[in-house]
Amino acid sequence: MADPERVRVKTMMPPGHVRTPAYLRGKTGWIERRLGSFGNPEELAYGRKDDTRELLRVRFSMAEIWGDAAERPTDTLDAEIFAHWLEPAEDAPHAP
Amino acid sequence: MPHDYAHHSHDHSHEGLSPSGHPYRADNDEPLSYWQTMEIAMRELLIEKGETTAAEISAQIDLMDARSPANGAAVVARAWVDPAFKARLLANAADASREMGFDIGALQLIAVENTADTHNVIVCTLCSCYPRNLLGLPPDWYKSRAYRSRLVKTPRAVLREFGLDLPEGTTVRVHDSTADMRYIVLPAQPAGTDEMTAAELAELVTRDSMIGTGVPRSPVSQPE
Repeated sequence: MADPERVRVKTMMPPGHVRTPAYLRGKTGWIERRLGSFGNPEELAYGRKDDTRELLRVRFSMAEIWGDAAERPTDTLDAEIFAHWLEPAEDAPHAP
Repeated sequence: MPHDYAHHSHDHSHEGLSPSGHPYRADNDEPLSYWQTMEIAMRELLIEKGETTAAEISAQIDLMDARSPANGAAVVARAWVDPAFKARLLANAADASREMGFDIGALQLIAVENTADTHNVIVCTLCSCYPRNLLGLPPDWYKSRAYRSRLVKTPRAVLREFGLDLPEGTTVRVHDSTADMRYIVLPAQPAGTDEMTAAELAELVTRDSMIGTGVPRSPVSQPE
């Protein structure tokens, strides 16, 4: 099986209705599955319905999110992140 | 004194207590919040303009109130007895639930499976996303800041508070419902239940076992 695709959540902090949790910004994970296209919540919140974006499930290790404070470094957290919040991170260390 | 009973020889005050000794809760008389006022205004405008009716709104509330964890329990039990259904559930949990006749609207549902070495648990850190169209309304604690903030950082500690002490070798996978998907945990079937029917098995499936903060009841611990 090929290595899963590595991605990093962008660290941007735009105002408005954003559904990328702050605790995951700047964190690197791997794509768990691709979900297809969904309305962009950042536009839907203002009644604009025609902007759709790819949505992905990204898996992070607890070590990546919490560092030394992780309760169990190899436990994981999955979240749905829109593609415009992700950048490639092929340089990142491999997942546990 | 409304309840100056002879057997109350102790000297603490019973002012403000009910006859059974519990404090009276203050009446819920505070003014409406801004958003409550806006909701009423919007609802009345939509009715006035003929976009919806009071009867339609009542029917929607009744429909939501009719949904309960028993719906999810039926789905889980079917997956335990029917491997082909389980495969369809893991591929597309919304379609599999519709196949069983549950009216779940446009719900997008992912089932995550607990195995011998993996335990899944669901949270929505941003608000209170929950598979309401299948399981009904979430428990109050699911919406609490404590559950939402602590589960993503110390899931094992939170699960221990729910009475769930996971084995050392188990990997915990937390699922944060941040966007369009909702989640249901497919718990592991309890040992010693191979001879049970789907209807009997469904009785073992608790709401918490489908959130991941519990596991199904064991048949031996069932109350008589």
